[in-house]
Amino acid sequence: MTRYTSATDADRQAMLETIGVGSIEELFADIPARLRLDRLPELGGGLSEQEVYEELRSLAARNVSTQDELSFLGAGMYDHYVPALIDSIILRSEFLTPYTPYQPEISQGGLQAMFEYQTAISELTGLPISNASVYEGPSAVGAAGYVAKHVNLRRRFVVSRGVHPHSRETLQTLARGYGMEVEQAPLCDGLTELPHLDGDVSAIVVQQPNFLGAVEDLPRLARAAREAGALTICACDPLPLALLKAPGECGVDIAVGEGQTLGNRLDFGGPSFGFFATTEALMRRIPGRIAGETRDVDGKRGFVLTLQTREQHIRREKATSNICTAQALNALAGVIYLSWLGRRGIVELAELMLQRTAYARERLQALEGVEALHHRAVVREFALALEVPVERVRARCLEQGVNPGYPLGRDYPEHQDGLLVAITEQRTRAEIDRLAEVLGAAVAAERCAAKEVGA
Amino acid sequence: MSAAAGDQLTIYERSQAGRRAFVAPALDVPERELDELLAPELRRATPPRLPEVSEPEIVRHYNRLSKRNFDLDTGFYPLGSCTMKHNPKLHERVAALPGHAKLHPLQEPRQAQGALELMWRLQRALAEIAGLPHVSLQPSAGSHGELAGVLLSRAYHEDRGQRRTKVLTPDTAHGTNPATVTMAGLQVVKVGTDAHGNVDLEDLRAKASEDVACLMLTNPSTLGLFEPGIEEIERIVHGAGATLYYDGANLNAIMGICRPGDMGFDIVHFNLHKSFTQPHGGGGPGAGPIAVAERIEPFLPRPQVVMREPAGNGSQPHYDLDFDRPKSIGRLRGFQGNYGVFVRSYAYIRSLGAAGLREVSEIAVLNANYLLARLRLEGVLEYLPAAYDRICMHEFVLSGAPMKRELKIKTLDLAKRLLDHGVHPPTVYFPLIVEEALLIEPTETETKETLDQFAQTVAEILREAREDPEIARNAPYTTPVRRLDEAGAARRRVLRQAI
Repeated sequence: MTRYTSATDADRQAMLETIGVGSIEELFADIPARLRLDRLPELGGGLSEQEVYEELRSLAARNVSTQDELSFLGAGMYDHYVPALIDSIILRSEFLTPYTPYQPEISQGGLQAMFEYQTAISELTGLPISNASVYEGPSAVGAAGYVAKHVNLRRRFVVSRGVHPHSRETLQTLARGYGMEVEQAPLCDGLTELPHLDGDVSAIVVQQPNFLGAVEDLPRLARAAREAGALTICACDPLPLALLKAPGECGVDIAVGEGQTLGNRLDFGGPSFGFFATTEALMRRIPGRIAGETRDVDGKRGFVLTLQTREQHIRREKATSNICTAQALNALAGVIYLSWLGRRGIVELAELMLQRTAYARERLQALEGVEALHHRAVVREFALALEVPVERVRARCLEQGVNPGYPLGRDYPEHQDGLLVAITEQRTRAEIDRLAEVLGAAVAAERCAAKEVGA
Repeated sequence: MSAAAGDQLTIYERSQAGRRAFVAPALDVPERELDELLAPELRRATPPRLPEVSEPEIVRHYNRLSKRNFDLDTGFYPLGSCTMKHNPKLHERVAALPGHAKLHPLQEPRQAQGALELMWRLQRALAEIAGLPHVSLQPSAGSHGELAGVLLSRAYHEDRGQRRTKVLTPDTAHGTNPATVTMAGLQVVKVGTDAHGNVDLEDLRAKASEDVACLMLTNPSTLGLFEPGIEEIERIVHGAGATLYYDGANLNAIMGICRPGDMGFDIVHFNLHKSFTQPHGGGGPGAGPIAVAERIEPFLPRPQVVMREPAGNGSQPHYDLDFDRPKSIGRLRGFQGNYGVFVRSYAYIRSLGAAGLREVSEIAVLNANYLLARLRLEGVLEYLPAAYDRICMHEFVLSGAPMKRELKIKTLDLAKRLLDHGVHPPTVYFPLIVEEALLIEPTETETKETLDQFAQTVAEILREAREDPEIARNAPYTTPVRRLDEAGAARRRVLRQAI
């Protein structure tokens, strides 16, 4: 008997008798004999809890986490502090173990949390309607494209090269499925340069701040889209929105984004959550669950899943999306985090990032052989151009226990030796100084090596 | 869970100007003017109106909310097709280890060997369970896995120069199947169900034409029945040159007993939050890995986790991300998938091993058949007959039509009355082809005593309804709120707190 089941031999006997069959085997009689596995799967034997713990611990020990090195990696997920109260709440079984609130009378906790989450996302984005979460950032961009396609029935997206490479690729994958073309708009000194938008363009897709860290002029981009009758989809980093003009104020129609930075851990890339916010006009095309306020038969306030006629379980092939299970628990962590930060705290946190990022940018740009890749305003992340091969510089830094950031050349051939550096509130001045020292030494060593080769 | 668990104020209504839970780390760099760093025209005039609350108030608020939720750790949750099995506590502990939880997704593969090896081993385990050679862990949930599967099928045909535009789905299918087909740019063709609850083979034959890209099949079906004609289904679908897609929502019935790959399926998705114990979280996170046949492999999403053989004597194999996949359909999401979910599912597979996993399915099926038999003994089936009277797999469907007619209570009323008995109701009004349907999935982690109690509870509700149907019609009575005005919610559309 496994430790998660409890049918004893006596139970089995009694149960089989009640059913009226002689063996468990007989219950599987519908499965053609030829298809029955005549052996155990090759998965090994079961292990005790402590053995499994030990195996998982030893696997964990072979990873270099943000606790094991000084990391300036970002590029879509960031090493922000996750406050202790989040685990204490989301590990409560009442949040951890139920499913989608199909029975609202016994799911008020989860539904109200969704409603509060939707409010927080609406506040951050400046858009009135938020759903209760989608999978994560890049697929949210693809989902937004699907909405745009149905809104104006045009056939092409114009996507800024400043949009995260994973989002661009995901949009490409999904757009090929639902029958849309994707065209790229280049960056010019870090900012999106829109081409002429013709009547075929369904939506422009931009990111704020963009992948190179630059704060885009969203109102200008959204205006151009509107003039061409296209929608504006913006993938936003939620924490900088404490300071930046809200997408809704800028004329953005759909704001989506990656929610990991809101109280979710890195987890090697997931699970986190994606957010999805839009205008009243597009409300009926939004994907996924939405919680709404209502009353019960006694007039008591309560919450339910609403506008469900958009969804797959009702509309089937005519649904606005196929999404079912999304990221409720991660979104709950998100709203707890935003409540923890609070109205003033979120601004203080963003200003601290802004100040430290400015300090780091200045400090690193002053190094010999290191230049700014662009000169635009940044909040948490900025791009550098190295005079020497970035991968080799990085390797030298990693040996010193410093991960200096993401090498841009992997996604941007035009920035072959670019380096993207992220500064969260967890990186102190002393750590930034250490990065400057290690990066400076690594670049110097590579310049030396290059000279030797040259000579 | 109790009705008296506090009022219904939102966190925004608890806000008082000046309160806080967050204190920022000290500014340790020279302070610059804000205008200099971020021009005023880029900045917002007012910050987002988040609540102002202290830590103790946040904790109490969400604790209060939690008490207004029913959950699996509290009681029986036989929500059909959702596999609400116990979530082992060990899994939260191992997933929280910093080496897993604080690992950046763009960490260099050589500094993430533990994570990549875990993913690789999980891929191998899922491949063995599916009976198919290749696995991608990338999709985020079942419906995301379905989308991957249909895009793969489409890419496979297109690579062979065929533009096939239709996808067959049985009329019993989950709504995600047809919705997925549309998202993948193809058209749904519905296949009927015969009198025994099986795929109507005549209908399938008639519709399996040369423009069909694939058949999406849940097996056991959403009726909880294994398709005895699966071999013939396979011949028909493959005979038409189409692929066969396995919706893994009901995999919990057959693990270690038979394998979709051996049945001829080309593409399979798993729901790690169903069969493999990722806690459901109130509606996610999940993960929806896919397993595929050799001929589908070139099209798998990018990147793939691979093992590189050792270079020389004595050296270890290492694990890597393979981006060099020219025929790939591309990415479906950022990074490598829901790794935290993989940790939990891998731990589960290791805990159970091969024999344990097979036992899971055996007991899941035993429990479902026992519960059906117990309900029959209690006389429940007189009013709630089994939709198809035969041995079921891990779940079964009852029809509340006679109950509605004779006792004047609907399936919805029965479900709501169950709430007063501290039980989560089964899935209701699905599958669509059964009138007043209840889809009941007890799972393997429930005891015989729990199943006995449930059967008695349903019988008691029916007895009560015979005397006074109004009781069930107005239920529930003991929950934090009573029946809610859903139509009013859709009409008024209050979707956020007014501030």
